[in-house]
Amino acid sequence: MLKCRAVWRKLAPLARSASTQCRHNVKTALNNGRRQAFVPATHMSTGPAGGGGSENTLYVVLVGAACLGGGAYAYMTVRGDSKRYEERISELASRSAKEAPESQPPVAPEPEEAAPTSEESAPVAELSGETESASEAPTEPAVTSLPESAPAPEPVSAPLTLPSHAPYLLIGGGTASFAAARSIRARDPGAKVLIVTDEPNLPYMRPPLSKELWFSDDPSVTETLRFKQWNGKERSIYFQPSSFYVKPEELTSAENGGVAVLTGKKVIQMDVRGNKVKLDDDTEISYDKCLIGTGGVPRNLQVIEKAGDEVMNRTTLFRKIEDFKSLDNVSRNVKSITIIGGGFLGSELACALGRRSSETGLEVIQMFPEKGNMGKVLPEYLSNWTTEKVKKEGVRIVPEALVKSVAFKEDKLEILLKDGRQVKTDHIVAAVGLEPNVDLAKSAGLEVDSDFGGYRVNAELQARSNIWVAGDAACFYDIRLGRRRVEHHDHAVVSGRLAGENMTGANKPYWHQSMFWSDLGPDVGYEAIGIVDSSLPTVGVFAKATSKDTPKAATEQSGTGIRSESETEATAVTPVASSTPAPVMEHKDEYGKGVIFYLRDKVVVGIILWNVFNRMPIARKIIKDGEEHADLNEVAKLFNIHED
Amino acid sequence: MPTIIEEGKDTIIFVTKEDHEAPSNAELVEEDPNDPYEERGLILPSGEINWNCPCLGGMASGPCGSEFKEAFSCFHYSKEEVKGSECLDQFRSMQECMQRYPELYPQEDEKDEKDKQEQATESGANAASEGQKDNDTTESEVKS
Repeated sequence: MLKCRAVWRKLAPLARSASTQCRHNVKTALNNGRRQAFVPATHMSTGPAGGGGSENTLYVVLVGAACLGGGAYAYMTVRGDSKRYEERISELASRSAKEAPESQPPVAPEPEEAAPTSEESAPVAELSGETESASEAPTEPAVTSLPESAPAPEPVSAPLTLPSHAPYLLIGGGTASFAAARSIRARDPGAKVLIVTDEPNLPYMRPPLSKELWFSDDPSVTETLRFKQWNGKERSIYFQPSSFYVKPEELTSAENGGVAVLTGKKVIQMDVRGNKVKLDDDTEISYDKCLIGTGGVPRNLQVIEKAGDEVMNRTTLFRKIEDFKSLDNVSRNVKSITIIGGGFLGSELACALGRRSSETGLEVIQMFPEKGNMGKVLPEYLSNWTTEKVKKEGVRIVPEALVKSVAFKEDKLEILLKDGRQVKTDHIVAAVGLEPNVDLAKSAGLEVDSDFGGYRVNAELQARSNIWVAGDAACFYDIRLGRRRVEHHDHAVVSGRLAGENMTGANKPYWHQSMFWSDLGPDVGYEAIGIVDSSLPTVGVFAKATSKDTPKAATEQSGTGIRSESETEATAVTPVASSTPAPVMEHKDEYGKGVIFYLRDKVVVGIILWNVFNRMPIARKIIKDGEEHADLNEVAKLFNIHED
Repeated sequence: MPTIIEEGKDTIIFVTKEDHEAPSNAELVEEDPNDPYEERGLILPSGEINWNCPCLGGMASGPCGSEFKEAFSCFHYSKEEVKGSECLDQFRSMQECMQRYPELYPQEDEKDEKDKQEQATESGANAASEGQKDNDTTESEVKS
């Protein structure tokens, strides 16, 4: 498709002249043909009967027929061509007629823009043969895509209307939608993609909001939203600056298409039969292909919701940019913050705020129902170890905490736990899960999954004929791991990209397994892939920290292959001892780096790379294979955990 | 010898460097180079360019996407002795387009972008390393 466009653009000037030539040739050929046709007729009617005459006649007939045939073929082809040509002209004419009132003002103050686009507009202008209006058509996209440094001079005289139709409509302006938009644009050149989001922001990435942005040295980070990546380079959380996008009003007329973001508008209804959606301001947009990337809304505790305004005003549900800004502000103005929730978000925020506490004297408390941080993800021994590390970051941990009630008393929030413990604090951050946003399910008649929540889609992320769902809101079928719903950033990227591919005809299932990562303080960083549920049996292989210290002789003497650190202290250890807590205590500091396998029916369905990096492809391969491995230590060898 | 500890349903194994010295006997399934579902690198098995490769970032999808595609396609299919020597026009129009969006295509990185493209072509041609590169860039996209 690309080549055709390129070739067409190059040949356009030729095509015009060629077509006139052709038509000229055909006219003469036709005339010749007709004349030739006449010749045999007259010849035959008047020629003498006999051998010489008939031979001549036959020759003339054949030549005549050939010319007639050739002429007819040429005529048909050129007719088709000129018909296409006419259609193109009329299309351009109608387009430029629409834009003539709009494009006049912007072209006037910026005539020099015509220069760089002259190369592009020249063939178009030649083809169209129109005057200024056609040449303004190609400069339209050039003008619209200027960086928005001067919003004032924008033409107000001509009313620019929002598109009533978008070939690709993406509901939701998050990571999944952006990844889909990129995928669509890469595969369908000239695609027009409209993103509709109820947030005021352009698409941005979420992980830095609870990680890197908190560690920035820049005091204006809440405004710039810039952070330093792991490779040292700085970047904004926004996927692309505003100059990347086309304005929604200009999307339909954009010659090379583009991605437009309509902010501050919510899609409230979806008409699947009519292929259109309705916004909260009553406008309707029809689509050819639609993606639902509505993500989710943070859950809250019922006890907090019922506790009244004083408590609600002092509670943060953390998800968006505004939540980051507000929490940053709060953390500088209060003495105590309590985070309820021991999962990824809660633990990351606890560590981030804990680090701040050393500078400001802020008290950071984290409470959760589990025994340790990441209790639903990490096996117990590792969860306990991680909790100790989080404590070292300055966080006061309150484990096995079930909140009974929250009240505002004497200028403080009083959290009462079911076991009678009480915690007094100034501000609460509730990180207790995400409720997938399925508001459109009812009007659209889309299925919602009762086990995992979210829209139920097939392995190709499709809900209905022209509707796909990606990201946090999609409950999809993973060919390898079964039906699931994943709430991680890389999954939004992978599923968004896949949805974009399928919206442009790829028909591929979810196959490339997404990963996720988390850092809890300077000592603990891990990457994970697949299903990492702590209720599954696990096998963890860790690098021994002091392998060189342990004498080999002691190992050989024990015979059973069980060795513990106590041997260096010349204490005999029996095989029975291995099941007591003592050896575990001695290994307390040894979960420095390693690999943890999560098993389901003896097959590895999830892997955590614990402080071991750049090995994700191997992990991905093992999950993809789905094989039963007899000795997971052998599998662990593939990761080379002792190297850096 | 590795230390093995059982904690209920969880098994913990501690291994030294020597324990992991011998090569692994774990069997991995052989890769199918023509697997249609597999995420591809920059160059597809058919020889065509995968415009959706994460390694390209937003190059093929941004406002200068079509110029980039033309220039890169010309380069990719070029059979000249100096590869891409007949593609100067395309590269020039791509550069002109990029200069109109300095925010998106920082000028000092322009040369790096070209180098990156050339690098990507060379490494993309190597099928074995495709998967590796692909994953690294997904993650660098992710981590960034």
